[in-house]
Amino acid sequence: MRTMAVVCVHGPLRKLAGDRAEHRTEGATVEELLRALEREHPGLTGWILDERGLIRRHINVFVNGERGRERTAVEPGDRVEVLPAITGG
Amino acid sequence: MTELLVGTKKGLFALEGEPGAPFEITGRAFAGEPVDFAVRDPRSRRVLATTTSPFYGPKIFVSDRVVGDWEQAEGVALPEGGEEALARIWVIACGEADGTLYAGGDPGVLFASGDGGASWELNTPLWEHRLAEEWQPGGGGLCLHSIATWPGEPQKLAVGVSAAGVWLTEDGGASWRRGNDGIVPRYLPEATPVENRALCIHHLERAPRRPERLFMQFHGGVYRSDDAGASWSDIGAGLPSDFGFPLAVDPSDPDSAFVIPLVADMDRVTPDGRVRVYETRDAGQSWTPRGDGLPQRDAYLTVLRQAFAWAGEGDSMQLYFGATSGELFASANAGATWWTVASRLPPVYSVRVLD
Repeated sequence: MRTMAVVCVHGPLRKLAGDRAEHRTEGATVEELLRALEREHPGLTGWILDERGLIRRHINVFVNGERGRERTAVEPGDRVEVLPAITGG
Repeated sequence: MTELLVGTKKGLFALEGEPGAPFEITGRAFAGEPVDFAVRDPRSRRVLATTTSPFYGPKIFVSDRVVGDWEQAEGVALPEGGEEALARIWVIACGEADGTLYAGGDPGVLFASGDGGASWELNTPLWEHRLAEEWQPGGGGLCLHSIATWPGEPQKLAVGVSAAGVWLTEDGGASWRRGNDGIVPRYLPEATPVENRALCIHHLERAPRRPERLFMQFHGGVYRSDDAGASWSDIGAGLPSDFGFPLAVDPSDPDSAFVIPLVADMDRVTPDGRVRVYETRDAGQSWTPRGDGLPQRDAYLTVLRQAFAWAGEGDSMQLYFGATSGELFASANAGATWWTVASRLPPVYSVRVLD
């Protein structure tokens, strides 16, 4: 089933996504949503998902406030936040 | 006036100045992000920088100037759907053919660009070796960090991979063969079969006036090849340590090489608290310390493999190197005397002189 969710990106990702934070995007899982967002904004390719289709190690994805992974199911109207992790040095 | 590009843990810095005095920082880009390497292509005058954001992964960017609009290059990725992801781009080198550039990275990959760096393509033949064989990473990863072009011969390349040894091509990268005869990995048992030896090359440089000659800093050993990288002879005798990372050559003198010894693999700092560059002018038969003007006490520095650069040649050859402790040193007389260019930079990953 295809669902529409809202994907929110921040920082440099927002600029790459047409300078817009919120995107209504179609997909049944987090990976499908992110791939759809890449198709809409090719400049995002490689920034959130790597070549293996995995969310980069220091990026956190939250679905309605809960940590999500690539295969986390997404329901219509869900809010998916893409945020850099608390890391650094 | 000399201009430098300095890649650091916290961004790319442009510096400029005159011999004998500290340089001025004239620009900074990619603030807060690790910049592994930066270079200006003297043909296009465009600056290329490689960054490895801990969040967003490795990228190559291109710009007309350091403080300017950086465009992300395309194609800097492994094939989608595989089991590996690109981890880092370690080096960019100008090819001999017009507009050609090469980039080396982790996991043991080579990319080529035919349009000045705007787009890149993975070298598939070398990648197929990587997939078919067991390549082991070094401490810094499985990095292809050295790309030695052959003046006037665009089809010939030698690349160094830590820890997959030296790879040679004479057909522009369509096919590759190993070039490791004579290298002795002291960190492995002697009985280890040749085909199973993880060879931790730290740096390769070609002598441009005698291109069949290459110098190598190894993970314990300094080597020279006089047969285009097919075989190697140990030339480390006379150094305080044959462990280190970067290596430089005087373009006018094929018997020259400069290394910066560190104590050992288990103690990667300058020996005895003294910072000294060692120079050979007889192809490695003897080495002379060059430390006049460098810290000679209480100085335990680490100099990484891309953090040693040069410009010019002969007696007026300029040498520059940076340390992970943020100092940047220079010589304008081929290492005879040195001065401090900068002392409070972030950890220095790479140094290059703008042509």
